[in-house]
Formats: sequence, C-alpha cells, structure tokens
Amino acid sequence: MIAADRNYLLRLWKSRVLLGLCVGALLVALVPLLSILWEVFSRGIPVINSDFLFERQIYQFKEGGGVANAILGSVYITGLASLIGIPIGIMAGVYLSEYGHGRFAESVRFFSDVFAEFPSIVIGLFAYVVVVGVMGHFSILAGSVALAVMMVPIVTRTTEESLQLVPNSIREASLALGIPKWRTTLRVTLSTARAGLVTGAMLSFARIFGETAPLIVTIGGSLYFAGSIEDTSSALTYVVWRGATSGIEAAEIRAWGAAALLLIIVLVINIVIRFVTLRRQAKGGAL
Amino acid sequence: MRLLPMTHREGASGTAPRWRLLPRWLGGARGARPPDDGADPLLVGLTGSGARRADALFKGITLLFAGLVIFLVFGIVGSLLYQSQEAWATLGIGALFGDEWLPGGQPAKFGSLPLVWGTLVTSFIAILIGVPVSIGIAIFLSEMAPPWIRGPVSVIVELLAAIPSVVYGLWGIFFLAPFLYDSVYPRLQANWGWTGLFTGQSTGYSVLTAGILLAIMIIPTVSAISREVFRAVPASQREAAFAIGATKWEVVRKAVIPYGRTGLFGAAILGLARAVGETMAVTMVIGNRNAFFGGLLEPGNTIPSVLANETYEASGVHLSALFALGVILFIVALLINIAARILVKRVLKQAEVAK
Repeated sequence: MIAADRNYLLRLWKSRVLLGLCVGALLVALVPLLSILWEVFSRGIPVINSDFLFERQIYQFKEGGGVANAILGSVYITGLASLIGIPIGIMAGVYLSEYGHGRFAESVRFFSDVFAEFPSIVIGLFAYVVVVGVMGHFSILAGSVALAVMMVPIVTRTTEESLQLVPNSIREASLALGIPKWRTTLRVTLSTARAGLVTGAMLSFARIFGETAPLIVTIGGSLYFAGSIEDTSSALTYVVWRGATSGIEAAEIRAWGAAALLLIIVLVINIVIRFVTLRRQAKGGAL
Repeated sequence: MRLLPMTHREGASGTAPRWRLLPRWLGGARGARPPDDGADPLLVGLTGSGARRADALFKGITLLFAGLVIFLVFGIVGSLLYQSQEAWATLGIGALFGDEWLPGGQPAKFGSLPLVWGTLVTSFIAILIGVPVSIGIAIFLSEMAPPWIRGPVSVIVELLAAIPSVVYGLWGIFFLAPFLYDSVYPRLQANWGWTGLFTGQSTGYSVLTAGILLAIMIIPTVSAISREVFRAVPASQREAAFAIGATKWEVVRKAVIPYGRTGLFGAAILGLARAVGETMAVTMVIGNRNAFFGGLLEPGNTIPSVLANETYEASGVHLSALFALGVILFIVALLINIAARILVKRVLKQAEVAK
C-alpha cells in the first residue's frame, strides 16, 4: 500500500511539473506580446505630436516633418480597397448562404478558404501584373486592388456565417407576405444579420490595415500627398518598413511613431470587434 | 444529440472563424441551409412572373460575384504564370532551380534553391519552437484553466495575431535580434557549437532569428486550432482514463493527445503554411544574403523576402524570374494548406461521429 502510494506521488508530481510547463508555454507567448507593446508604445508614443500628424513637409531621411501623407495614403488605399472588396464579398456570401447547395457553391467555399491563406506577397504580385503592368506605373489603385482581393474571402466567409444564423422563420414570414425572395434577402435577411456583416467588414479591414508586403510592390512610395488614385503614395506600414531598414536615425524614429499609430488603430478595431461580439452573445444568440 | 447547427457553436467562441476546413464534397460538415427559392410553393401562387424574373436576376447577380471568387484564384495563378513565362522559356527549369541567385551578377543567375532552402529552414525552426508552445497553451486552455479565465486568456493570445507583421519586424530589428545577439547566441555557440548548427559570424540578423520571430507569429494560429481539436475530444475519453486512476497529465498524454493527434498535426502544418508565406517580419531580420548558409547564425534569405526586396526595382528577365519564384511559393503554400485542412477536418469529423 505504501509502495503504491509512493509510486502514485511520483506520478502526481510528474503530472504537476508537466502541466506547469503548459502554464509556462502561456508565459512564453505573453512575454513577446508585452515586449512588443512596451517597445512600440514607449518608443513610438513620444514621437506622436501635432507636427508628426499634420506637418505638410515630408522628409525621407532628414529630421523633422511627419507622416501626414502616409496617414492619408493608408486611408485612401484601405478605403478604396473596402469599397471594392466588401461589396464583392457580401454578394458572394449572399449567394453561398441563400442559394449555395450545389457543387459550384462548394467549390466557391473551398477556393475562398484556400484563397484566404494565400501569402499576401503573392496577391501583391497579382496586383502588380494587372494594375501596375497595365498602367505602367505604381499607384494607389494598384495597392487598393491588392488589399481588396485580400478582403474578398474574409468578407465572403463572415457574410455566409452571419446569414446562416438568421432563422428561416424570418425569411418565411417575409415570403409569406408575398415579398419576393430578392427583396426578402436585401431588406429582411441582410438587415437582420447587419451586426454580423459589420463585424466581418471590420475584421477584414483590421487585417488589411496592417498589410505591408502587397503595398511594397504596388504603391511605389512617395514623399508627396497623393492627389488621385493614379498617383504613387506612401502608407503607414510602408513608412515603418522604409524607416526601420534605412539605418538612419531620424527615419527610424518616424518608423516607431508610425508603428505606434498603426498598432493603436489595429488594436482598437480588434477590441471593438471583441466587444461587439461579446455583447451580442450576452443578448443571446450570435445574432 | 445536436440541437443547434455548427455555426451557432462557432459563433459562441467569439468572432467568426477565419478559415473553413473543407468543402462538403471533400467531406466537410453539413450545416443548416435555408430553403431554396425554387422550393417555395407559397411564392409561386402569390407573386407574378415579374417578381420571379427579378428573383432570377438577383440570383444571377450574386452567382456572378461568387464566380468572381473562383475567377480571382485562377486570375492570380494565371497572372503569375503569364508574367514568369519569359523566365521559364529563356532560363529553363534547370537554371531556375540552380544554386545561385545573383540578379546583378555577370552573368546574372536566377537559381532559386538557396531561397527555397531559407524558406524551408526558417519555417521548420518556427514549427519546431512554435508548435510545442502552442500545444502547451491549448492544453492549459482546454484542460486546466477554469472557465472564467479561458475567454480573456484566449483573447490575449489572439492579440498576437492582430499585430501587423511589419511591427513584428520592427521589434525584431531593434529588440529581438540585438537581444539574441548579446545574450543568447554566445551561449548557444559556447555550449552547443559542437553540433555544427550554431555557426556563422552572426550580427544577430540571421536565419535563427527569423525562425524564432516566425515561431512567435504562428502561436495564435496553431494554439487556436489545437484548442478546437482538444475541445472535440469527447469527455468520455477523459473520464475513462480518470476512472482507472490516471493523473491529470496521464489523461492528457494518453487519452486526449492521441485522440486528437491527426488534428494537432494539421494545426502544425497550417502554422507551417503561415510561416512559409510570411514576408515582412522575415525580410527585416534575416539579413538578406542570397546564398546557401551553413550555420543557423548566418544570414540567409527566403522567397517572400526576395520578392519584397527586389520586385520593386526589377525589370526584364529578373522581374520574370521573380514571378517564377512567386509560382514556386504559391504551389508550396497551396499544397501545405490543403494537406492541413484535410487532416484537421478528419479529426473534427471523427469527434462529431463520436458525439
């Protein structure tokens, strides 16, 4: 009996140690997270001031000046990408949810899922061929096309998911009133799933806002304010990359500032998404 | 018995899942479907032919957009092939798989093997470090943590996925690489130098640094999927092990992990797919030297990294060769991805049957 107990104690301790290692694994993941947040905010936030945000004179390597053109560039590029990508994604999602039973729909699902995991640089190369190649120069439009293409599979998936959560009784109630299917879908189904659609759109926006690789091969970089979508442009992520790899201190400092700005925006969007979904769950059901 | 379709369960775990496993014709789960338009007898009696034509039109429009998704995928492949045809034609497959990448050399050489090697080694380091850590986190979240702690902790781990990769790169350049150079690499060289792995005149910007950074970046993906896999293990499996006197670790080791093994393997491969395609963070810390490296502390380069660094200024054959690299990267990423999906799906489907 006593021998058995000792054996058991040994196993118990082994269990504790190994499970302790699992807690340790969690800490291993948290340390880099905290370190990144600390480094970026402690070095970047002091850089952010009104000159940094609004100064119209932009330098690449000299001290002074800000990133106003990059902020505007990011807004233009991601805004245009959303205008292109979100409607495509929503329409494709409507098809999958409301009409998608057959083999074709299954292929769409499969391709959109594999598509969502494509390396982003490959999608940048695609935009390089179809936009930069055709126009002959880098442009905001090229960057937007690349990011829009990245948004499509994400929005398609989330749209289908949220439309599937709409109870059939709601659709049937509308159809029973003699409202045609297309109006039912647009006015009843989509509007019931509104919150889910917004979350999906935000999710995809948060994802593309931090993208750099597709932009490097499409927007060209610029020290000026873009006037039209055919102009070359800078972007926040582009400033971080250029500054960090420049080896020049003034540019590195700007990179930290831009990174802090970027991180704040991305984290705020992510936290808002969390908040919205948690509240919806609290209200009962994921609608 | 399942009262709710799958989607309700997924919705309850937070935001909608970011990836789907497999289409139904490859064995995917069958979700609840709304009725088809054609199958609505009520509609036929109540609405006129105009409404039906409008319905058909609306369906056609949505179908067009759904088709666009497939078209985009083939468009991406097609554009890469189109732009790279000059390289395949003039250089030939042999030269593209040569062992030197010297775009500025006399003559210029476009062998992709050092870059393929760099991509494989960094990704392998990433899963070697990242996967055990992720599985540990998943064990903590699914087997140990009290329910109130699970939500917040998984949200925090997922924040790692929200950080843009260029910010990882910035942190890598100014914090991780100098830190590893100062306090870790000298010790590795002193204690483990005999293995031959940790050689090279490192400045901190090396293959190993890139691998470690990638490991951190794949943790949220791999741990989230592993958690799903563990959650799919039926409670009876655990209870049976507890009932014969197993300790908690033995339950995890002998009952939970073997049951979800295929799924964990799939999670690791999906992590590998992420690592293979990652561009910015790697290009910023790997040192960007287009040659074979012997030791892990030497600088190297990967395919995505070269694409990011050179496409911008390239022209002619060089540009075309870069697109050929894009094709290679695309094929590798695609194969890894499909394999991962099949594996994860298999285990989650088993779990459905068992329940």
